[in-house]
Amino acid sequence: MESQEVKLLGFWVSPFVHRVEWALKLKGVPYEYIEEDIFNKSPLLLELNPVHKKVPVLVHNQKVLAESFVILEYIDENWKQCPLLPQDPYDRAKARFWAKFAEEKILSDGAWRAARAKGDNREKALGSTIEALEKIEGELKGKGKFFGGESIGYLDLALGWISYMLPVWEDVGSIKIMDPTRFPATAAWMSEFVNHPAVKDSLPPRDKMIIYFEKRLKELEI
Amino acid sequence: MANKEVRVLGAWPSPFVMRARIALNIKKLDYEFLQEQLGSKSELLLKSNPVHKKIPVLIHGDKPICESLVIVQYVDEVWSSGPSILPSDPYDRAIARFWAAYIDDKWFPSLSGIPRAQGEEAKMAAIQQVRDGLELLEDAFVKCSKGKPFFGGDSIGYLDIAFGCFLGWLRVTEKSNGVKLLDETKTPNLAKWAVRFCSDVAVKDVMPDTDKLAEFAKVLFAKFRAPPPSN
Repeated sequence: MESQEVKLLGFWVSPFVHRVEWALKLKGVPYEYIEEDIFNKSPLLLELNPVHKKVPVLVHNQKVLAESFVILEYIDENWKQCPLLPQDPYDRAKARFWAKFAEEKILSDGAWRAARAKGDNREKALGSTIEALEKIEGELKGKGKFFGGESIGYLDLALGWISYMLPVWEDVGSIKIMDPTRFPATAAWMSEFVNHPAVKDSLPPRDKMIIYFEKRLKELEI
Repeated sequence: MANKEVRVLGAWPSPFVMRARIALNIKKLDYEFLQEQLGSKSELLLKSNPVHKKIPVLIHGDKPICESLVIVQYVDEVWSSGPSILPSDPYDRAIARFWAAYIDDKWFPSLSGIPRAQGEEAKMAAIQQVRDGLELLEDAFVKCSKGKPFFGGDSIGYLDIAFGCFLGWLRVTEKSNGVKLLDETKTPNLAKWAVRFCSDVAVKDVMPDTDKLAEFAKVLFAKFRAPPPSN
């Protein structure tokens, strides 16, 4: 059997890296984790991901992969146990659709922007993030523990950052996005997610995240 | 295949809509093409894509599928007996998806940046960005094609579709700015690939004529003071 050498270049607080780690853990794939300082990028990182110069980068038997969603699909296709994407093509299309939606509307231009913004910009970012979260809440209603039902899957991994990073951003940015009375299905899902065995012992310590994001907030105020 | 079973909501100038149509053409599927009017959104569009209210939407039976690359993958997975759109090897698939994401997240926005640029200096910088991106894609072509005519190998595939759909707008941008972007001397493989792609049987009837597209671009800019739609 071909030896499976898997290395993952990451940064301790990156949600993009975390989702790859969860996927590898769920599939029981052993890997070597290499911590990168993204503020002082190593020659290795620049060599492996010259196009974006970002983590995560997965190296599997010399094959180099970048972009977290691309990596997730690769992991799913290469290691068949514990499937992440659903089997049915329409369900797969929906999972991909919502992952992209959440990435654009809740993560990048959503919550983190809202945390850093002031005045009108803050109101706007907050409003659109909450609107986006309402759609996710709609997707979770009546679904079971996770987006795909009883088992954790691709869309859970794509949105998993919400369960432990969003509360930190809310704290640090003094904003309220995840109101459990307004988003009960999401709140329940968050709890299931952080307690999942593949997730719970791999999350960065909360106090360390608070210090990090407080600093970033000061540096990136908009 | 019944005509009403597969419908595409779209518009002929949209490169994103073209992706869906090329995918269906590769699989030799009949479909009904329902064109949206510029400046208004039909009831069917608002109902099928309430989240983004954008084209393309593929409606298969009663199931709406949105986002052009999600649609292409859906078509590939449902009609799996037809010619494959994504490569079969997981690593080749990952490479194709990586570059498709690059094109959507970085390269196409840089192309849209040219008409948006204010002033000569900004325009030159925007043009350079597009050219730099094309050089990256030239390298990607050499690696992915492995000596064959397309990114996908012997026949057009996912990455050919993801990138090739922008060739019309690329030519319009070249014409209206008096600049060569896809240069035979700098990116010879891409230049040759572009000709092959546009003449492919799955592409040629859905790739708009450059002059017609340029006329449309004028109308678009006049109406909205904005460059092409970004899906």
